[in-house]
Amino acid sequence: MTWEVRFSGFGGQGIVRCALITGKALSMYDNKFATMTQSFGPEARGGACASQLVISESRVLYPYVTLPGVLVALSQDSYNTYEPKLRDGGVLIYEEDLVQPKEDTGRVQMYAAPVTRMAEEIGNRIFANLVTLGCFAAITKIVSAEAMKNALPGLVPDRFLAVNEKAFDRGYEYGLELLETRPLSIEEAP
Amino acid sequence: MRKTAADPKGVLSGAHFLDGDHAIAEGALAAGCRFFAGYPITPSTETAERFAERCPGVGGLFIQMEDEIASIAALVGAAWGGQKVMTVTSGPGLSLMMENLGLAVMTETPMVIADVQRAGPSTGLPTLPGQQDMMQVRWGSHGDYRIIALSPDSPQECFDLTVEAFNLSETYRVPVFIMTDETVGHMHEKVVIPPAEEIMVVARNLYDGPKEDYRPYRFTGKDVAPMVRAGDGYRFHITGLTHDERGYPALTPAQNVKVVTHLIEKIDSNADKIIRLEEEEVEGAEVLVVSYGITSRIVSRAVQLAREAGIRTGTLRLITVWPFAERRIRELAGQVRAIVVPEINYGQMVREVERCAAGQCRVVSVPHCGGAVHDPDVILGAIQEACQ
Repeated sequence: MTWEVRFSGFGGQGIVRCALITGKALSMYDNKFATMTQSFGPEARGGACASQLVISESRVLYPYVTLPGVLVALSQDSYNTYEPKLRDGGVLIYEEDLVQPKEDTGRVQMYAAPVTRMAEEIGNRIFANLVTLGCFAAITKIVSAEAMKNALPGLVPDRFLAVNEKAFDRGYEYGLELLETRPLSIEEAP
Repeated sequence: MRKTAADPKGVLSGAHFLDGDHAIAEGALAAGCRFFAGYPITPSTETAERFAERCPGVGGLFIQMEDEIASIAALVGAAWGGQKVMTVTSGPGLSLMMENLGLAVMTETPMVIADVQRAGPSTGLPTLPGQQDMMQVRWGSHGDYRIIALSPDSPQECFDLTVEAFNLSETYRVPVFIMTDETVGHMHEKVVIPPAEEIMVVARNLYDGPKEDYRPYRFTGKDVAPMVRAGDGYRFHITGLTHDERGYPALTPAQNVKVVTHLIEKIDSNADKIIRLEEEEVEGAEVLVVSYGITSRIVSRAVQLAREAGIRTGTLRLITVWPFAERRIRELAGQVRAIVVPEINYGQMVREVERCAAGQCRVVSVPHCGGAVHDPDVILGAIQEACQ
């Protein structure tokens, strides 16, 4: 089975880091093959930003996502750009306070989470990406929570390791709660 | 050439999730490189950053130079100081390096230069991929010469080929290029770095005979003279001028015949030893797709679709792009109906393929102006058209 996942938002939200942590978790601790690519502009902050993962049981040849089964959108722009490219029946996880989605027609499976607000409750909005990853892991089950936590050292500063783990756990719990109200139907990814 | 196990101090053995740029830095450290001079440029900067960060732990030296001209000049000096040396850059920086690349070639100075290609010309598209420097590394400096260039298609190969690049540069005393691109440079995948004792590196071939007999050059066209370290008490001379075996200027046409022939023949006569290719299903193929670097991974998708459509399609991946695999391409051109060459440029290596095919089969260029990789369907279309 091959999964294609896209994280998107604006520069500074930790979008690239999301795919980096997930890719490392999968390829080093969950015994999968993961290829991560990213797209960004010359701006350091604020520009459109996306990172992609192709995940497989065997070596990934073609490194790009073509029709992703999962989209994480943390900004309105990224939602507008990438939602139409999410495959039918795919999973959309979006930032509840920053993204105003179109009417839910049932084309994709939508999950809303106020990840920035939740990160602020933990101490700083900078942890929003870890809250997001918690939701992502809980909802999609593509990657194990254990592998994600194993992947954190080296990818977040040591002194913020504990609070990043806390942010991940908070997101994970929230993701499980969301699943209770809207169970995920998983189809074979293309 | 003497091969020994890598110095464990520089080898970060184990599994990592790295991008190609970082893997190049790790390859350099594993190969024994302890001197890096460079100037930051997207999309290659991560290599410099990682090397600089790792330097204090391995006893290496990193200098951020004032520009790329100075960077490669510093490599020439440090190599003759006894170090294995490298720099990394992208198109605009590569252009600046061309003058001193000639100096490195002429003085037969081993060095590794990684070119993380972005789309050009000029500053072009800094954060997006290209394969547009393939001919520049081959011909960009004035005069006749040869270089070696390798093209990795994954972060793992960025590591592996950087080690090999150092080994080749020491063996033939020639600048060796890693021709990668923004996509491979910034793509993260699992990279396994073997234990130090499993990484074989070519040590600098240092002269240890009587001081008065030392000659920094020999013009055999087959092999190269041992080197010495400046400061160890040897009298020798290094110049970009046409020189004799002691390195002193010998400004005659006859001497230039010796020098230039040697620079070319030391690579050409060893081409079969240097060239590495990866072939798949070439026997009985109607169409052969020749590619290198990131494009070969896009080709994998296109070829899968072509085979599903019933077209017998073989692939040949140029791991070594220079020297060019002339003999093999000539051979295969006589066996297939067409050779398709996709590359992220307006058609560069395809000219080499055409030259070697010499009319034996159709050669189809699939150009791309850069900033992205090919759409696999475009390559598929070219394969379908080529076999009609």
